[in-house]
Amino acid sequence: MSLSPSLPRPVGAQAPSAGRGRAADEARLLLRGNRPGGAPPGEPRRVGYLYIAPGLVLYVLFVLAPFFHSVYLSFFSWDGVGPKQFVGLTNFRAILDSTTLSSAFLHSFILIFFYAVLTTAIGLLLSAVMARSRVKGLTLFRTLLFLPYVVAPTAVAVIWRWLLSPQGPVNSLLSSVGLASLTRPWLGDFNLALPSVGLIGTWVMYGLAMVLLLSGVQKISLDLYDAARVDGAGPLSEFAHVTFPSLRNEIVVVLVLTITAALRNFDLIYVMTQGGPGTSTEVPSWLVYNQAFVVGSVGGAAAIGLVLALLIFLVNFAVTRLGTPRLS
Amino acid sequence: MTGRWERRVGYVVLVVGTLLAVLPLLGVVVMALNSPSSLGNSPSIFSATHVSNFTAVWRLANYGPALGASAVITIATVVVSVLFSVPAGFAFGTMNFRGRNIIFYALLFGLLIPLEALIIPLYFDLRRFGLVDNYWGVVLPDSALSVSFGSFWMRAFFLSTPRELVEAARLDGAGSFATLRRVLIPLASPPILTLAVLVFVWTWNDFLLPLVMLAGSNIQTAPIALVFFQSQHTTNYTYLAGATIITAAPVLVVYVVLQRSFHRGMLAGALKG
Repeated sequence: MSLSPSLPRPVGAQAPSAGRGRAADEARLLLRGNRPGGAPPGEPRRVGYLYIAPGLVLYVLFVLAPFFHSVYLSFFSWDGVGPKQFVGLTNFRAILDSTTLSSAFLHSFILIFFYAVLTTAIGLLLSAVMARSRVKGLTLFRTLLFLPYVVAPTAVAVIWRWLLSPQGPVNSLLSSVGLASLTRPWLGDFNLALPSVGLIGTWVMYGLAMVLLLSGVQKISLDLYDAARVDGAGPLSEFAHVTFPSLRNEIVVVLVLTITAALRNFDLIYVMTQGGPGTSTEVPSWLVYNQAFVVGSVGGAAAIGLVLALLIFLVNFAVTRLGTPRLS
Repeated sequence: MTGRWERRVGYVVLVVGTLLAVLPLLGVVVMALNSPSSLGNSPSIFSATHVSNFTAVWRLANYGPALGASAVITIATVVVSVLFSVPAGFAFGTMNFRGRNIIFYALLFGLLIPLEALIIPLYFDLRRFGLVDNYWGVVLPDSALSVSFGSFWMRAFFLSTPRELVEAARLDGAGSFATLRRVLIPLASPPILTLAVLVFVWTWNDFLLPLVMLAGSNIQTAPIALVFFQSQHTTNYTYLAGATIITAAPVLVVYVVLQRSFHRGMLAGALKG
């Protein structure tokens, strides 16, 4: 499903692909928005404003207005109490100049690998081997695989802080199988804290990737695979020419969800590491909170929040673009 | 024969994946029932008999008021989101009015804005109007963000309803409100339920917004009570395990009961900024 505002496009060229599932239907419905034929019926009706007014007022007051106020604040140096001082682009330049700030963004990209790349790869691998099979008991797998995603992130953080604690179950498990040399204080290690948080993200997200991609692959007609086999396609070319293209919508959904979660990683960091040890797990959303409400550098924090928003916007835009088959 | 081999690998991946997802959670349950003095390195299922841990945690972490606050915030947000999103989606999906697309894309923008880009002005502006350190400060922004997704979600549903239905109701002399109430809403319960479940899960689990907006009050949501409890009992893993279960339980119950609705939303790529 497309989520970026790049949505209006000439949709006449949309192929009426048969029954590719709900996500595709929704996407197509959305894309239809601007086509004259897809427009709601009838002459302009003013009563429409009445129906959108309550939601719109709420949205303008509590989303749009604060967003633009954020933009305004990002040009000031302000401690949250005293007078504001206009500083132009200084706050944004600080993000580029300060290694602490720019490395927080770098950490986000490392987390994207664990949250999005790794999980999508696992989901695709499963889909590739299960492409020709109709999975039995999918509902049960689905229910259980989604559990880590549904549990509150704060609870996930408390759970894994325990599992990874110096004397915790992970280390005792390693010792009991003769790998005592591998035990360490995972979240207290300068080099391992960030990958550990990343792997927890993988744990939260891989079930979702598996379920969404597997449900997608189950909808692909087996005829397509038979045809590919008749044409002499091996497993790899089958994946490249049938499975992967048919899963475009699902891959986009998984990437959008997982990448956004990787970039907006506040709860795990707040509960497990507070950005530490040192600054090794500092990420933008943690910095927004910490700079604005603890350190008292409100303007700088606003700038970080905006750059984060821009990043989320760009990544989603790119993913949605790549996932939309080029219209000839 | 490759087919059968692939199939086996597939099931192995599925089963191992499911075990890896479930085992840590089962471990938490066992841990929560172990003796409060246990070290937490290897909880044993045979000593998982200390049900009284839960009463202790409930009292120590003040979970009564915390679950109450979370319930008030979550239910209020779900109700406002549905009440505001259904009419908006109806207008976007079935009516033509000037500026319709521009307004819709402005709302869609809200799906992409992360809370981190709003939280600072939200706190400082709402504080001036006395809207922080009480329920309003959490419910209003949470609802606003959910309305953005909700209008988008309900619009897709109303666009997919047969146009003849709306036209016929109109010819029968039904006004737009009667059409919505008598003709369309009876058909809309699946997408409305999906919207309600998703907003419930997002709102209950949310941490950053209540952390900031309720910082100066003694109102604690369940996730905040959990984090606060952890800072006091850093290594009492038995009690911490119990607290995670209490915090996560309401969402897990809603999820298990209404999972069809939840999955319908996830398959369609439900996302909140």
